[in-house]
Parts: sequence; structure tokens; C-alpha cells
Amino acid sequence: MTNASEKTRRDFLKECAIGALVAGAAPLSFADDKVLPPGANGAKSRVVIARDQSLYGASSTPDSARVLKLLDQAIQNLAESSDPVAPWKKIVRPGEVVGLKVNTIAGPGLSTHPILVEAICERLKQAGVKPGNIVVWDRYNWELERAGYTLSNDPNRVRFIGTDSKEVGYDENVLTYGVARTRLSNLLTRTCDCMINVPILKNHSGAGVTLAMKNMYGVNNNPDSLHPNNCCPGVADLNMLAPIRNKFRIIVGDAMTACFEGGPGYRPQYAWKYNGIMVATDPVAIDHTAWQIIEKKRAERGLQTLTAAGTPPNYIAVAADAQHRLGTNDPNRIALVEV
Amino acid sequence: MTRMHRTTPLVLLIVAVCLTSGCRKGATPAANLFPASSEVAGWTRAPEIRTFAPGQLSDYIDGDAEKYLKAGVKSTSTADYKYKDKIQVVVDVYTMSAPEGAKAIFDSEPAMEAQTPALGDASRLYSQSLIFRKGPYLVRIVAYEESLQLPQAMLELGHAMEKRLSR
Repeated sequence: MTNASEKTRRDFLKECAIGALVAGAAPLSFADDKVLPPGANGAKSRVVIARDQSLYGASSTPDSARVLKLLDQAIQNLAESSDPVAPWKKIVRPGEVVGLKVNTIAGPGLSTHPILVEAICERLKQAGVKPGNIVVWDRYNWELERAGYTLSNDPNRVRFIGTDSKEVGYDENVLTYGVARTRLSNLLTRTCDCMINVPILKNHSGAGVTLAMKNMYGVNNNPDSLHPNNCCPGVADLNMLAPIRNKFRIIVGDAMTACFEGGPGYRPQYAWKYNGIMVATDPVAIDHTAWQIIEKKRAERGLQTLTAAGTPPNYIAVAADAQHRLGTNDPNRIALVEV
Repeated sequence: MTRMHRTTPLVLLIVAVCLTSGCRKGATPAANLFPASSEVAGWTRAPEIRTFAPGQLSDYIDGDAEKYLKAGVKSTSTADYKYKDKIQVVVDVYTMSAPEGAKAIFDSEPAMEAQTPALGDASRLYSQSLIFRKGPYLVRIVAYEESLQLPQAMLELGHAMEKRLSR
């Protein structure tokens, strides 16, 4: 006789194993009809930054048509495709439930813009994903709402939901790697088949930089335990957990408004309009690129480097080391494309 | 019933109210920190006030919490406001264990091009935000949009809060 918790655990492990097989067979960096893992076939990790200086115009919010155009430019350059929808068909397979992990901790001033999420959802739907199979999520419902998202768990529409919802919660299984000993959101482990990481470019008072990998601190139940020592090796270790490694397929980074100091909260005096969208399949390469952008802005504004300020983003190098191999932080192995 | 027996339930009630409201010697209850709607011209406050104990602070400000914990934060309260029913604004009040804690956080932030109006023990005013400290309190007002009237309006809200912190 099998009790319910054993069955759940077995199901979970099976899901992880299937995820690993799928990831091994058809993962991340574009080629033919699929995406390959960072650095596969000796290829450089491609990071694309698309920018539009007129993105905001005179408004305090970005123009939706320009955001969609910018997203298309970024994704098409990443995939080297002439079609804005075709790349999404490589990222997501028919029938999959797709999660969009946003970052909403800083309120409407410095969270993943709903306009960018709308643009991604638009392309996913055109690529054949049913609206109800798209789940936009973060830790807390109240943070999603504050950032401008309208909560919904209607299976016929795009869903917007926090892990703290009664019907979600954290997986009962404790996963460990290095200093990470944690439980992950059921939205990641059970609800969604694959994930799109939709973080925001920010300085972070502990980690130095937050974009792709640090955004995973919103998928587990005890992020505070991973903050010591500038989040190093916490960020890298957390990103090693199987559901994160296997399910996240692409990063669409919101770099429309960014901050060079005072993050992760919103301090308008340290924010600037970078007017960009950053995309990559290599989380280390895109985070390394984010670091350079923030350092450049800090230098322009007369601030010391993150290392001198005591917040070096050392987790980026650790994520690239021989134990982790989550991607590359070697500038010679990163193909940076600016459009 | 003896006099002691008669007063016991009242004492217990007072203790219970104090415990549930976070009432401590020298501390202002969270609801009293934030001016009510229309108390300051143009400002409307949302009814909910969230308060975070030190152990929960990372739920609110993620990794930033460490800095405040090191500086001796005792509680953090936050309320949403709207200015002229249009501009969304968040007001945070960090109650530290001593004025040095509020000063440490204030001094750790680069001033950039701030104005320094007379408010509290020290203040910085920007086009979209105001930060000031008063004794053990650090107050941060952040607006999500710009407007020409906003700096002056934030300053007026700040003065109203300063009065409450002095009570």
C-alpha cells in the first residue's frame, strides 16, 4: 500500500527525471527546431540587448507597441529568425504549461513591467499556447497586485498568481545543493512544464547585481537563508536545483527601467531608463552582462565599483565554475549583440 | 470579590491589547505613524497598514533586510497613499532600537543631487522621493510617478509624519 505522501514524492522525482531528459534532449540556445544548452557545441553564449530610446516618450510607462517590437527584435536576434513567432515555438512545446517568473518585490517603479509580460503572452498565444496554460507568478499575491498585475486563476485566461495563494504553496520535498536547502514553489515543481525567467535589471544591496539567477530567490520558501556573504554561493547553489535547471528555458530581462544603487527596492533617485530588453538562454552570461551595465552607470554617476562598495557579485563567477557550470562569465565566450 | 480580583481582568485586557498592537514603552503604534486620508491636502491613504517584525523583513525588502537588521530595526510599517487620486506612493517607517541605527541607514545612501529641507534630524528630498530620520525613526516616501507639485506635497506629508513621531 502506498500512502499519499510517498506517491507525491515519487511523482515529484519522476517529474524531475523527465525534466532532466527533456532538458538534455532539447534545451537552451537556438539551433534548427530547438534550443541548446549554454555553450553547447562550443558555441558562444549569445546575449542580445535591444534598446529603443523612445520607449517611454513623454509617458511614465513604456509604449506597448514599442515594447512588443523591442521584444521581437531581441528574440529574433537571439534565434536568428526573420519571424517573431517562430522562436517561441522552439522555446515552448505544444500542450506545455508555461510559467513566467516575474520579479515584483519593488512595486510598480522597479518590477517586471506588465506591458512586457503582455507582449510575451501575446507571442506565446500566437505560437499555439492556450491562454490558460500561461501562468504569470511570483512569491506573493499582494506584490503582484502592487506591481500592476490583476490576479486571476481562471483556467481559460492567462493566470496571475502568487505562491502564497491557498491553492499553491511550496512543494513538500526539501531539495539541497551546497548551502541551498529549500522547498520550491509548487508552480515550478508541479503546475508548470517549463519556465520563462522575466526578471528586472537591478542593483542589489547584498548580491551587487540581480537579474536572471538572483530572481530564483522568489521561487523558494527561505530566500533569507541564502543572503549571507553577498548571496554567494547561495545564488549559484539554488540555481543548481533540478527543477530550476531543467525547466527554465530562456531569460527575457526587463531593462526598461533599471537601478544602479539602492536595490532591490525602488529608490527613484538611483533609477534610470535604460530602455532595453535583454534576452539569453545562458543565465550566467546575461548576469555578467548586467553587471557590466550597472558598473558603467555607477561610474558615470561617480559611485565606486560594487566590489569597492562591499557588494561584489561573486556568485556569477561561482555559477560558472567547474562545480556549477551554469553558463559562462568569460567575456571571450559571450557573444554580445546590441540592436 | 476582592479588589485584586476585580482589577485582574482589566489588567489582563490591557496587557493583551498592548501585546497584539505591538505597544511598547516609547514606541508609537503603527496606525498612529501614518496620517489619515485628507489629513494632509491631496493625500489619500489606503486602509491597510502592514507591519513586519525583524524576522519577517526579508518578506518585504528581500536582501535589503540584512542592512536594517544590522542597524537594529525593531519593526517596519508600510502604507500605500495616493496623491491627488493619481500618483501611487508608498510610505515606509523603520523603527530602530536607537537613533544611531536610523542615522547609519540614512548615511549609507549616496545623497546624489538631493535637496536638504529642514525636516526631522536630517532629510533628503528628490523629485520622486523623500527620506528623513527623526530619533529612532527612518521614514521613506517613494512615488511611482513624477509631477511638478510632488516634492512640495511629499514635504508636507513628511512634516505631518514628523509631528506624529514626536508625540
